[in-house]
Amino acid sequence: MQDFAEAFRLAFGLVAAMDANLVEIIGLSLRVSLTAVLVAAVLGMPLGALLATVRFPGRRAVVIVVNALMGLPPVVVGLLVYMALSNAGPLGFLQFLYTPAAMIIAQSILITPIVAALTRQIIEEMNFEYAEQFASLSVPWHTRIIALISDARYALLTVLLAGFGRAIAEVGAVIIVGGNIAHLTRVMTTAIALETSKGDLALALALGIVLLVIALLVNAAVMSLRAGAERRAHA
Amino acid sequence: MKMRMKNSTILATATLCASLVLTVPGYAEDKSIIVQSTTSTQNSGLFDHILPMFEEASGIKANVVAVGTGQAIKNARNCDGDVLFVHAKPAEEKFVADGYGVKRFDVMYNDFVIVGPAADPAGVAGRNDAAGSLKAIADAKAVFASRGDDSGTHKKELALWKDAGVDVKAASGTWYRETGSGMGATLNVSVGMGAYAMTDRATWIAFRNKGEFKVAVEGDTAMFNQYGIIQVNPAKCPNVKADAAKSFVDWIITKDGQSAIAAYKLDGKQLFFANAAKEGAS
Repeated sequence: MQDFAEAFRLAFGLVAAMDANLVEIIGLSLRVSLTAVLVAAVLGMPLGALLATVRFPGRRAVVIVVNALMGLPPVVVGLLVYMALSNAGPLGFLQFLYTPAAMIIAQSILITPIVAALTRQIIEEMNFEYAEQFASLSVPWHTRIIALISDARYALLTVLLAGFGRAIAEVGAVIIVGGNIAHLTRVMTTAIALETSKGDLALALALGIVLLVIALLVNAAVMSLRAGAERRAHA
Repeated sequence: MKMRMKNSTILATATLCASLVLTVPGYAEDKSIIVQSTTSTQNSGLFDHILPMFEEASGIKANVVAVGTGQAIKNARNCDGDVLFVHAKPAEEKFVADGYGVKRFDVMYNDFVIVGPAADPAGVAGRNDAAGSLKAIADAKAVFASRGDDSGTHKKELALWKDAGVDVKAASGTWYRETGSGMGATLNVSVGMGAYAMTDRATWIAFRNKGEFKVAVEGDTAMFNQYGIIQVNPAKCPNVKADAAKSFVDWIITKDGQSAIAAYKLDGKQLFFANAAKEGAS
């Protein structure tokens, strides 16, 4: 198992040399997954907040469905998006297949339910706490949602990190809709899959280490942003 | 106080927006084509070697989607590619006969080999008859890892089992194990469990996780591995880039492409033998 030691040596070498291919692949990984997080935030947070605060018939069923969709297998999402974007499919005219746009769509579908479900959970609990206050002030529902989201913003940041983690780590969807094309749609996870299939386990593991470090940096950046904001808020 | 908090929110939003702006759909350069091809051509490094030459000669960027032959053909049937470059002649001919391809051309060949553990439990090392060796593996109930994914290699392997008179379907899950994955993944599995496997020679030479494994059976004409190239038919798929696709096919099957293929070596070994010029071969 000298592959382990070799992997760490390689990972360090790749990063130290700022390998141009690696930088390109990391850049694309971040672009695709961060954009998917943005899409999921724009769609998933309001949906989650709505489910948490508005009562309507069938609400419980919708909540169960959204929760269940957190378990969407990436490969199934990839297949569905492929079938939709294929030239033989209904959205083929967009010519998105085998482009980063297709990868963003797939990852957005994958993580929007996660963002929506976790947002609902957080907002619902908070709404319960604030219920009396809202009632006594007779706050209209849209103002409630805005106030709740604003007060829950730090918890929601963690929700977005959960979505980001799922997006940056998945390979099943992006390899189908992106095609793992060099210099066009190759991201960290598909590069790792490729090196594994070449039997270059040390390089594959080295890329995995780099991916982990990137995830760590993104999480650290978000958390320090949050800590800074909290400090100022309590100052 | 309130103002400052807003600032951090704005900063976070701006960062996310910037990432969106940077991600305006990746329409590649106008002059690019999608080549649906196989894992063996990609994993062996052949494309990394020849595609830059083609791009320099033509100004066309060839983007390769490397999947199993079965999936490559399926994708091309969905019009999701401009060129099909695979290795399963009967399936390729059917693709053309069904109207999806313009014409099929031979491009190059190499051969399949059966690799196995150094301990050689079925005693087939050094043999050169594929069917007889497979029969010996079956008789010994030695573990065999199959692609099981409808790829060109898998189709070939099934044909050889048929020649050997072995019903592998019945043995599936016992000594015969279908991985349902690509060549490299299957080789990783076979090395991991000490199973024999059939692979194209190019992937084997390029494979880095050989462990104790060696080529056991080679040299049977039945293990010949022919690659073909087909331009996807614009009559069937109006969206394909017919001109650029035709340039690629023409380049591959004529002098420049053929000598580029022949010149590709790994560890001093030639991986593919160009044979497009052989008239009547297709």
